[in-house]
Order: sequence, then C-alpha cells, then structure tokens
Amino acid sequence: MGMTMTQKILAKKAGLDHVVPGQLINAKVDMVLGNDVTTPVAVTEYEKAGFGPVFDKNKVSIVLDHFTPNKDIKAAQQCLISRKFAWDQGIVNFFDVGEMGIEHALLPEKGLVAPGELCVGADSHTCTYGALGAFSTGFGSTDMAAAMATGEIWFKVPAALKFNLTGKPAPYVSGKDIILHIIGMIGVDGALYKSMEFFGDGLQYLSMDDRFSMANMAIEAGGKNGIFAVDDITLEYVKDRVNRPFETVAPDPDAEYEAVYEIDLSALEPTVAFPHLPENTKTITEAESCDIAINQVIIGSCTNGRLEDLKAAAEILQGRHVAKTCRTIVIPATQQIYLDALKAGYLTIFVEAGCSVSTPTCGPCLGGHMGILAAGERALATTNRNFVGRMGHPSSEVYLCSPAVAAASAITGKITSPAHV
Amino acid sequence: MNNAKGIAHKYGDNIDTDVIIPARYLNTIDHKELASHCMEDIDKEFIQKVKPGDIMVGGSNFGCGSSREHAPIAIKASGISCVIAKTYARIFYRNSINIGFPILECAEASERIQAGDQVEVNFDTGVITNLTRGESYQAQPFPEFMKKIIAANGLLNSIKG
Repeated sequence: MGMTMTQKILAKKAGLDHVVPGQLINAKVDMVLGNDVTTPVAVTEYEKAGFGPVFDKNKVSIVLDHFTPNKDIKAAQQCLISRKFAWDQGIVNFFDVGEMGIEHALLPEKGLVAPGELCVGADSHTCTYGALGAFSTGFGSTDMAAAMATGEIWFKVPAALKFNLTGKPAPYVSGKDIILHIIGMIGVDGALYKSMEFFGDGLQYLSMDDRFSMANMAIEAGGKNGIFAVDDITLEYVKDRVNRPFETVAPDPDAEYEAVYEIDLSALEPTVAFPHLPENTKTITEAESCDIAINQVIIGSCTNGRLEDLKAAAEILQGRHVAKTCRTIVIPATQQIYLDALKAGYLTIFVEAGCSVSTPTCGPCLGGHMGILAAGERALATTNRNFVGRMGHPSSEVYLCSPAVAAASAITGKITSPAHV
Repeated sequence: MNNAKGIAHKYGDNIDTDVIIPARYLNTIDHKELASHCMEDIDKEFIQKVKPGDIMVGGSNFGCGSSREHAPIAIKASGISCVIAKTYARIFYRNSINIGFPILECAEASERIQAGDQVEVNFDTGVITNLTRGESYQAQPFPEFMKKIIAANGLLNSIKG
C-alpha cells in the first residue's frame, strides 16, 4: 500500500521507510511554535521538569499575538513569562509587539515553514502551514514543552480524506467559502483524527492566501492536518522566503484514502456558517433570505487577515461607508501585511469607509479584546469559530464568512452578498 | 492506576474548549482559578455541583476547537476524575493524557449514563460500571505507552524517566 503526503512526511521524519494509519511513531520536528496563551503553561512545566536549553533555538518560534498589545495586568504577567523564557533561551524567532503578527500568517511570511517539513504548534490553527505542502498540526502546552526539550514528538499516523478540487470558482468565491462548504458537508467531526489532503486542477485558481485559509480550518472539521499538493504557486511563494534546502513531497500513486470527495469549485457560492458550529453553513443566497442584522464585522484573524483578504474587502468598501449600526474592525494579520495594505491604499479606504483599523492581534476572534460582544449582539466575522461565547457574552452570536461577504454586509448592516452592493 | 468513582455530569456533542474554559479567562494559568470558570457558559452551576472524584460524560467530538491545555486542566482541577465520551477532538485527547488525566472513549457509556448516575471506572481493564443502573460498558484500555505517561503523572515526567 502506498502512502499519502502526510504519511510520507511522517515516515521520513520518524526515520522509517513506511508507516500505516494507526501506527504510533516518534518524529523529529523542524519547528515548534507557541503563543502568549499556550507558552506560559509550557514554560512553567518545562522549568518544573528541570529541562535546560531548548533542543535548537532556531527551531522554536514564540509569537505573542493573542492578548497583545497586553490587554490587562494578568495578560501582561503571562506575556512576561514568555518574554523572559525567550530572552533567556535566546530564541531566534521570538516575535513581540512591533514585530509580531498573527502566528499563522507570520511563520509562512518569514519562511519559517517549508514544503515537506514537520511543524508543530501549541495552537490548534497550526494546521495552516499544510497549505505549503508541509505536515503541521496543533497540540498542547505539555507537548510544546516536550518538543522544545527533545526535538521529537509522538504521533499516531492518521488515515486520510482526499478532496479533489476541480473547476474555476465564480467571482467572490474564495478559499474561505470552499472550506466552509466542505465543513458543512462533512461536519465538525467529519475528519476526526484524519488528514485532509487537497488536490486537483482547481488548485491552479487558488492563491496561497486561499490555501492558507482552507488549511487553517481543517481543525474545524476535526482534522489532524490539512495538506495541499505542491505546485508552481507554492514554489513561487516560498522562493524568496525560504533560504534553506527543502524536499517537496507528493503522494504515492497507490496511496490509500478512506474517502474521496469530488468538489466542483465552479458550482460553489459564497458561504456563511451560522451559530454555533462551523458546520451550520448556508449559501449566501439562503443567508440573505434570513435577513440577519449584525452589530459588528471583523475582517482579520489567522484565517483571513492576509493581503488578498484586505484587498477583497477594500475593493468592495472603496467609496462607500459602513452602516452606522455596524461597528467594523479590520485587523491586518502581520506588520508586513499592514505595511503592504497601507502602500496599496487599502487602509485609507477602510478608514474613510468608517472602519477601525487595528495593529495585528488575534484579539476579538477568541473574545480576547478589541471587539467584544454584549449580550444578544451579533457579529459577522472572517474568523474560524462561532462557538457559544466565542467573541464575548455567552448569548452573543458569531457568523463566519469570507472578507468579501463581510465587507458587503458591513455596508448594509445585515448579511449581504457582495454581488448586491 | 487508581480507579475512578463518582457522580456523572452529562453534556452533549461537540463540547468545545471555549465552553470548557472561555478564552476571556486564559490570562491566567492558575489551575484553581481556571477551574472556577469551568463550563460556566453552558452550565453555570457545574462548579458548585461538582465533587472530587465525579465523572464528566460527553457525546461525540468532546473538546473540539482550541488547543488550550487550560481545558483539561480546568476539568481536572474542578475535581473531575475522568471524562467519558463517544469520541474526542484529538488535541484535547493528547492534552489530557499529557497532563496525566485519564479520559476514555466509549459510545455505549456515553449514551447510557445519565446525569446523576453513580459510575465507577477501572482504568486497567477499561470496564465502566454504572452502579445506579446495574450496567457495565467496555472501553478500550490505554495502550502501554499511554499507561506509562499517565502513571508518571504526565508526559514530561515520563520523558525525564
């Protein structure tokens, strides 16, 4: 039996010729990531266990992105634990306010993950880097501590689901719409413990930003990881970013998949996930007919805070104004994206349209800060989770969508198709 | 490994880590403080009701969402001795084992056990006994390497040897 992309990377990193689903392996990691929420727990356990220097100070990334710039005294104390550890250990890829961005936009941008590599992170959306043809997955703080100490981590080799993407998406159909459609189809546990592997001639129409937002939400279907075939678009992206040798991986022709899904991208509409699970999806046509008024729009996050996302929103908001009743918050995901959006004139468009523009932070996505909802309020967000209480009060609601739908809806103050503004 | 015995607290499918411990409380790593907010967005009374040794029962995809280890930490620190669910989100599963908190997958137990039932778990055999209903259910016992992690009270202790 042949191996999938995921299985081949895991086998290589475990020093094995072959692995099969269910097999327990110990694999070497190329990058270990933590943020300001998960790193303090890892550091406390790391120090309690008496570990010394990390296995490789070039292969640990610490990004303070969730509650930064420090939102309160407690968050500041937490960040201090991460800061001290990073300084003491001489962590090369430590990103603090002023340099930091949302971790999953930042690491690819800085070339810290390459095709064929194995990356683990104490953040569930670490699966984002599968867009580059890498194996990357989220884990917890104790795992982070162990991986920092030893450079290795245990895995159970996952079975795989194959998604064959064909056709060209219609205007306003982005990677976010495709992944919401898929989650709606297979459910929030549809890929539980499995890898989601994306192939097909439809990939030629998906930019890296589309792919990042798709791989990012593999976890929202329960997936262990999402991974994309490596093509010219991938290689073009990493060309000026990754300055070390890497080996791309392709699946064996006889790789085994538990299921194969055929997705015709040309048949998809913009898609919105209703509360309180990402699987509660409706097409924009269905969503519009529900007449959903919204109090707040968020355009940002590790799912959709990249330059193309801001471009899609800016093109719709140019020369228009957001509804008085709809607070609209735009959060470029990294300093570089902020700068690029500034130079391209997008930030001017946002401010003139009545949006608030923030420094990079995860902020409101997880109900941290910078846009918390009151009881009964409703947000439409380009983020990734719409669980109970995710963005604020337990009785508030979050709807998930693409940047284009978010921008169009900000103008009208209710969920609206970009084609209708 | 010790057995677990206590009263069942029952929840449904897709119990996510945001309801287990809302992100607004993740500005601390104090276990007791995290426990004091455990489950509050869907069950305000949980933390008053729970007694040391009690058992939490969930449906499918328990612990989905964020990788925050604060979620199993909060449940463990609340006094819960074991979680039983039909299936788990994989990061929650790893995190629980890694902090030495035993959790079991058992569809029958997840369906049959009702809130308030007295339940006993034998971790060596994987047998779950419902003392209230006089029933027992078979879960997969842990593989050896997980037993080693749990016996060492967590992954880091097991690595240190």
